[in-house]
Amino acid sequence: MRSWKAWSKKRMANEVCLRTLDLERPWLLEQYQSRGGYEMLKKILTEKMAPEAIVEEVKMSGLRGRGGAGFPTGLKWSFISRNAPGQKYVVCNSDEGEPGTFKDRDILRYNPHQLIEGMVIAGYAIGATRGYNYIRGEFWEPYERFEQALEDARSAGYLGENLLGSGFDFELHAHLGAGAYVCGEETALLESIEGKKGQPRYKPPFPAHFGLYGRPTIINNTESLASIPMIMEKGGEWFADIGVKNSGGSKLFSISGNINNPGVFEIPMGTPFSELLAMAGGMKDGHKIKAVIPGGSSAPIIPGEQMMELNMDYDSIAGAGSMLGSGAVIVLDERNCMVKILERMSYFYHEESCGQCTPCREGTGWLYRVVHRIETGQGRQEDLDLLDDVASKISGKTICALGDAAAMPVQGMLRHYRDEFQYHIDHKRCMIGVG
Amino acid sequence: MTTTTVKDKTEHFTPEVRAEIDRWIAKYPAEWKQSAVMGALMIVQDENGGWLTNQLIDQVAAYLDMPSIAVYEVATFYSMYELKPVGKHKICVCTNVSCMTNKSDVIVEHLEKKLGIGFGQVTEDGRFSLKEVECLGACGGAPMMQIGKQYYENLTPEIVDAILEGLE
Repeated sequence: MRSWKAWSKKRMANEVCLRTLDLERPWLLEQYQSRGGYEMLKKILTEKMAPEAIVEEVKMSGLRGRGGAGFPTGLKWSFISRNAPGQKYVVCNSDEGEPGTFKDRDILRYNPHQLIEGMVIAGYAIGATRGYNYIRGEFWEPYERFEQALEDARSAGYLGENLLGSGFDFELHAHLGAGAYVCGEETALLESIEGKKGQPRYKPPFPAHFGLYGRPTIINNTESLASIPMIMEKGGEWFADIGVKNSGGSKLFSISGNINNPGVFEIPMGTPFSELLAMAGGMKDGHKIKAVIPGGSSAPIIPGEQMMELNMDYDSIAGAGSMLGSGAVIVLDERNCMVKILERMSYFYHEESCGQCTPCREGTGWLYRVVHRIETGQGRQEDLDLLDDVASKISGKTICALGDAAAMPVQGMLRHYRDEFQYHIDHKRCMIGVG
Repeated sequence: MTTTTVKDKTEHFTPEVRAEIDRWIAKYPAEWKQSAVMGALMIVQDENGGWLTNQLIDQVAAYLDMPSIAVYEVATFYSMYELKPVGKHKICVCTNVSCMTNKSDVIVEHLEKKLGIGFGQVTEDGRFSLKEVECLGACGGAPMMQIGKQYYENLTPEIVDAILEGLE
């Protein structure tokens, strides 16, 4: 693992998925091409590069799923049997909905062509000739931007039949969601494209064998797929080396909360959190950092002073009992009441549970109602044990990870801020002035 | 629920709406017309002032050769479909954590007072409705809201006033 000093020397920002960001109207085809965009696709197609070599390069890059699960992308691709007969699909997950996450929106708005190029390369690598990008329904502006990019790419010969005379076909469309957090779960997303309620499927079978329309499918996050052209251009080793061990590459961090300059920062994995916070302008109005949700609202909360010692990579955050998730960092200052924060998060999971599995459907309601009564001064002495109990009875007992996502913040809060919850129960009010 | 006949397919929607739905159908494999249901519902909802009637849902089902119940499932599952009338301008305010800690409550209070309605209600003149929504993926601009298809970020009560005044 590289030291902080070495990292400083290699310091870079916005060099992979946001590489056009400094240009005017960076989303235009000509702007993307001015940065070398679509060159890699041309090279792959004209040299008829071996698909296996592409998968190997992605494996070597250490790229892990940027949607939150962190599953190695190259490994996922290798599960597809390339020579299986019939249609296969590449699906992009732009259903960005994990509270705190707002990075894929920027890729769609500012560099849609890199995502398109990444998806065509993915299609070539797994032998798929069709792709869909699932964009959340609220993202109308990014959807229109992406649709325009598709049209321009089609006119330029990067989408359609017989791409650049190579004999390889690839057609790509955007699907628009209509408001459902659970559709960010890959099999719920596939159901949704099929025109159904977004309820997750049992796994196995995994999408690599039985995916969209029952066909072999790879499904990757927007940022993962948009990273592919640069990985192919500069090599898997180059990408891996930007980051640290087990966390290859750079990563888009969406940082929000009580800070001066919230936004999206594409920086190397392993960057110290303190550095990211500084880039984001530091704490607002001179307030003190209290806690950080490091990877989207499902990621267990970490006390501020502990977070200041951690680095933004999978292992460092996991070592503190949380997870890097989607790279959505929510920074909270000392004015925040943890009971109130958890109440809001628990309401979210209750609202978004698809209702398919009993532990999640009922359990998320229990979590919300119990936290709500503590917040409103109706808490009972046994409530904290009850929360522990309910959370543990949801974890691992549902078809998809939404149940775990609802349980983890509860467990994290009680681990670090149990005294605040106890105070609420004992005194029927908040220990924070503003609670 | 009555079965809608094939004749209805072209009867109910205007040629423009049909062309828009057909554009969605063309995105998917021929045997998967059902994939266009989400797009189709959104199109007819927009055409109908922002909400879906049972009749519209049945018509979408007929147009896509789907059982009505399958379309009802979709229309009731996703939060952006409205099953009751909404205002001409549907104001969706995010109150999730990043917005909450950046005072989305002040924005909500301001809107409620200004419009005289709460979440889930429509102003008497039908111009505005208010809706509480979950994270819209724009936390860097918290607090934020969506009106129609447009996002508005970094809100203050003054900015909200200016935005509402600028609407038709």
